[in-house]
Amino acid sequence: MTKSILLRGGRVVDPSQNIDRVADVLVVGDNIEAVGDRIAESVEGLSGLETIDCGGLVVAPGFIDVHCHLREPGREEVETIATGARAAAAGGFTAVCAMPNTDPVTDNQAAVGFIIRQATLANAARVYPIGAISVGQRGESLAEFGEMVAAGAVAVSDDGKPVASAHLMRTALEYARTFGIPVADHCEEPTLAKGGAMNEGVTSARLGLKGVPAEAEEIMAIRDILLARRTGGHVHLCHMSTRGSVELIRWGKERGINVTAEVCPHHISLTEDAVEGYNTNAKMNPPLRTADDVAALQEAVRDGTIDLIATDHAPHHYDEKEREFADAPNGIIGLETALAVNITWLVASGIIDVGTLVDKMSCAPAKVFHLPGGSLRRGSPADVTVFAPDEEWTVDPKRFRSKGRNTPYTGKTLRGRVRATIVAGRVAHRDGA
Amino acid sequence: MTLSLGKDLLGLEPLSGEQIQLILDTAEPFKEISERAIKKVPTLRGATIVNLFFEASTRTRVSFEFAEKRLSADTVNVAASGSSVSKGETLVDTARNLEAMRIDMVVIRHGASGAAQFLAERIESNVINAGDGTHEHPTQGLLDMLTLRDHFGKLAGLKVCIVGDVLHSRVARSNIWGLTKMGAEVGICGPRSLLPNAIDELGVTVFDRVEAAIEWADALNVLRLQLERMTAGYIPSLREYNRVFGVSRERLERGPHEVLILHPGPMNRGVEIDSDVADGPFSVILDQVTNGVAVRMAVLYLLSGGRPELAEAAKSGGGASAAKGKRSADD
Repeated sequence: MTKSILLRGGRVVDPSQNIDRVADVLVVGDNIEAVGDRIAESVEGLSGLETIDCGGLVVAPGFIDVHCHLREPGREEVETIATGARAAAAGGFTAVCAMPNTDPVTDNQAAVGFIIRQATLANAARVYPIGAISVGQRGESLAEFGEMVAAGAVAVSDDGKPVASAHLMRTALEYARTFGIPVADHCEEPTLAKGGAMNEGVTSARLGLKGVPAEAEEIMAIRDILLARRTGGHVHLCHMSTRGSVELIRWGKERGINVTAEVCPHHISLTEDAVEGYNTNAKMNPPLRTADDVAALQEAVRDGTIDLIATDHAPHHYDEKEREFADAPNGIIGLETALAVNITWLVASGIIDVGTLVDKMSCAPAKVFHLPGGSLRRGSPADVTVFAPDEEWTVDPKRFRSKGRNTPYTGKTLRGRVRATIVAGRVAHRDGA
Repeated sequence: MTLSLGKDLLGLEPLSGEQIQLILDTAEPFKEISERAIKKVPTLRGATIVNLFFEASTRTRVSFEFAEKRLSADTVNVAASGSSVSKGETLVDTARNLEAMRIDMVVIRHGASGAAQFLAERIESNVINAGDGTHEHPTQGLLDMLTLRDHFGKLAGLKVCIVGDVLHSRVARSNIWGLTKMGAEVGICGPRSLLPNAIDELGVTVFDRVEAAIEWADALNVLRLQLERMTAGYIPSLREYNRVFGVSRERLERGPHEVLILHPGPMNRGVEIDSDVADGPFSVILDQVTNGVAVRMAVLYLLSGGRPELAEAAKSGGGASAAKGKRSADD
């Protein structure tokens, strides 16, 4: 018997169809069957129908995170594909893309296949592997993009490490064209960023921490944009953090260069001030920047210079963060706070509306990475996120599904809470009444 | 309300001018103790202090040890090489182990900025920062200020220029905070590659030429230049550094007035400072070392709960008890 779900009476926000009104959404089997006004009456008595009352809630195409670290294989004590996929579902994500900096590196078809298999077993959010650009992420020779794509990889990236060689980036952009996949780059000029622990500025000078200047990111951002122009390849710039990067991306887009860019929730909400007191949960790469950078990134989300929001979810064991700042690893978790951080700092503050938020977290990621989903159109995969846009909650890391606890938002009261996550027509997460 | 330092001395940035004044004033009576034949008072009798040095140090460690012993504390030196990562044990585990031995104070020197604060947040004992990475070295800043005050009779209005590798210097940061809080003007001079990019935002005047700094300053605090700055590409050579930024007798004599010379040591003679300056009539480099013991005695005393008026009494053999409320709970 085919299972059906009726999401009744919610505010349906689907920018892919320019929909923003109260309606019902009917899911039959794995697909969206219909979005309409009186579906509830027409399906009354349908056998196997589960009804979820969505009054007062937003019903949106499922969120897609194109940038997370699930740590498996290699660091299963920190996160697994299963715990990461459950954390994703709890955060409203119906699909996530797993970065390849695992151990061993996801740089071949067998490694890609392993992630797909673990994701199938986890049966939570969908997990799409991203393959490495270079063998072992060593920045020397290209990994086998073709075989990885055939096995299910949706993009390539050496994320976590910069692609130092401009020649390698050029050939990656050229070679990736055959397979129609984006090359996602972690923009960091390694000699400028070496040893850096936070943003370079007056705070780093005061705290005696080596700074990473904004130029370390911007130099690589413009290099990648210029190489995309030269090659016609699609470069996707990960976790942009500075005003200068925004201006460079705008420059590239104005010229029709195939560049897309993402920003992380922490970079549109927090500044380097969060590092005060040597707070290792405010240590990430790229680092938190200044209030001026935050304002530029928020504006870039609004005006479309930044295409999408991705978490860069990076779990670490608490022991690893419980140490001297310079020695602590970079990264914070983000899957279970992303929606609320975005609503609190972008929507509640009036910078963007809920439609733009859904676009940045669902439609745009699907489009940029050529993934299924990102729409509630009839026949689309039944990936749906239901959330309460105004509900406030206080962040308590102990309640996370992720194994990670490394978040700078502990104890903060945020707005916006995921109520239900439906993946392929199955309720993968349900919260509250 | 009685002025106190709180639980720890992590840096001079968090202190008020009054607190710094309190330490300097408290150091005065302690100077005399080191001049006696029997250099010991019972002020910290029964207190246990660990000198936890993750970085090699002779001067600072010996100075702290003398300060502790002259106050009759029981001291243990722990020399741990390298960072906690290479050592295998984490700093938090080290801290917990020390705490479990019921100590009263920890003096910590560590290569990572923030290490002293990290420790202070995790143990009940008083923590004194004896230098953390490139962050602060508060007792050095204090002894520099005590030496300046001895010589000039005041700190307010003094012009003090820090010369050298400010980028990597914890001494520079403690001096900047301490001196500005005490009303002195602070100058900075060095190659721009060895100054923090945002240095202007710290309320200091920057001099690109050492000649200009000499003309401006009442005193120069000359920083040690580490050899590795050359190999790391910050400066081309020590020789050129000496020719452009070295504090030489010739340069000082060409200046319009006498300039007092301080150096936190250890010196690279012939690099940042020439021998005839270091050993010359305006050098107070050894006075700094002498004052180091008195300042550290004052800090130990104040953190242990002592009140400034009792510092005088300490001289006559009375003194405050080092016993604190929290320690009685361990009995």
